[in-house]
Amino acid sequence: MTDEDRKRRKQRNLAIAGALGAFIVLVYLVTMLRIGATVAGGG
Amino acid sequence: MTALDPAVQNGLEPVGLSLAGPADYFDLLKPRVMSLVVFTALVGMVTAFASGAEASVGLAAISLLAISVGAGASGALNMWFDADIDAVMERTSKRPVPRGAVPPAEAAALGVVLSALSIALLALSSNYVAAGLLAFTIFFYAVIYSMWLKRATAQNIVIGGAAGALPPVVAWAAVTGDAPWQAWALFGIIFLWTPPHFWALALRRTIDYERVGVPMMPNVAGDRSTKLQIFAYSVALSVGAVAVQPFGLGGPVYLVASVALGAQFIRLAWAVLKSADGDGRTPMKLFGFSILYLFALFAALLAEGLFNLLSKAIWA
Repeated sequence: MTDEDRKRRKQRNLAIAGALGAFIVLVYLVTMLRIGATVAGGG
Repeated sequence: MTALDPAVQNGLEPVGLSLAGPADYFDLLKPRVMSLVVFTALVGMVTAFASGAEASVGLAAISLLAISVGAGASGALNMWFDADIDAVMERTSKRPVPRGAVPPAEAAALGVVLSALSIALLALSSNYVAAGLLAFTIFFYAVIYSMWLKRATAQNIVIGGAAGALPPVVAWAAVTGDAPWQAWALFGIIFLWTPPHFWALALRRTIDYERVGVPMMPNVAGDRSTKLQIFAYSVALSVGAVAVQPFGLGGPVYLVASVALGAQFIRLAWAVLKSADGDGRTPMKLFGFSILYLFALFAALLAEGLFNLLSKAIWA
């Protein structure tokens, strides 16, 4: 592997980590928004 | 493009490593198509809110993101399956799979994973109706259109156009749990818009499609018949877009926009019908205008929807 190949692999791994992290944050946000709506609705 | 990692080559099975960068994967999602999906879905959502939908704006924004990721996933699956013909066609030969930047299996894996995540996220952020519609949209585009219709019939983009027309319906369902006739009117506009849009381009690309054996209308039925059908769909689209207004889709701004834009659409389609065979410029004018048409028509709905929401907020 060349240095450029290693750089690209690192970038790709960071992108995958970022995407997974974003998905976790989104699920957390959805949960909070749904709980908030239920509490506000008195349910 | 793959490389063998020296670390795993000492008597062990060689492992293929992808050397694609994040930008290559992003290209797989067809960002330009995604932007159109985001826009039409946003218009569906805002129109639904303006029609009285009561949903969390935060959840709606996450739903919109899920819809756009779903559109990107179907783009990746399309690029995986069509890599063989993409490599031959001038317009698509620089896509990540045919140019060797992303291995086909990775494009397929990305499409499947993002499909699952987008459907799951939409189910969590909205409801199962919207999630089911998104799943159907991805399936229709990736399997029914890409794997079957595209190479089988000259009606490929007519029937396949349903996939591109569904995002506003998915978005409407995401904030209401329902898909009323106004949502299907938006579907109908995009559905009728698709054939003249793509056939105008196909008139210029007959050699490309001939080379890969994709039965686009100009290749199968000839220029004359294609131009006639372009005109027929253009009239149906322009008249249909105006006709839905009195029943409650859009207000005066939409009415003026649909009449003015529709008249120009028909004028350009007529010019295509009267153009000589081999004249590539006139169809490309229609192709260019068709993009403006859809954008401006939906922008009019968006502006009226936002104005109505703002008015309600002020007077509430």
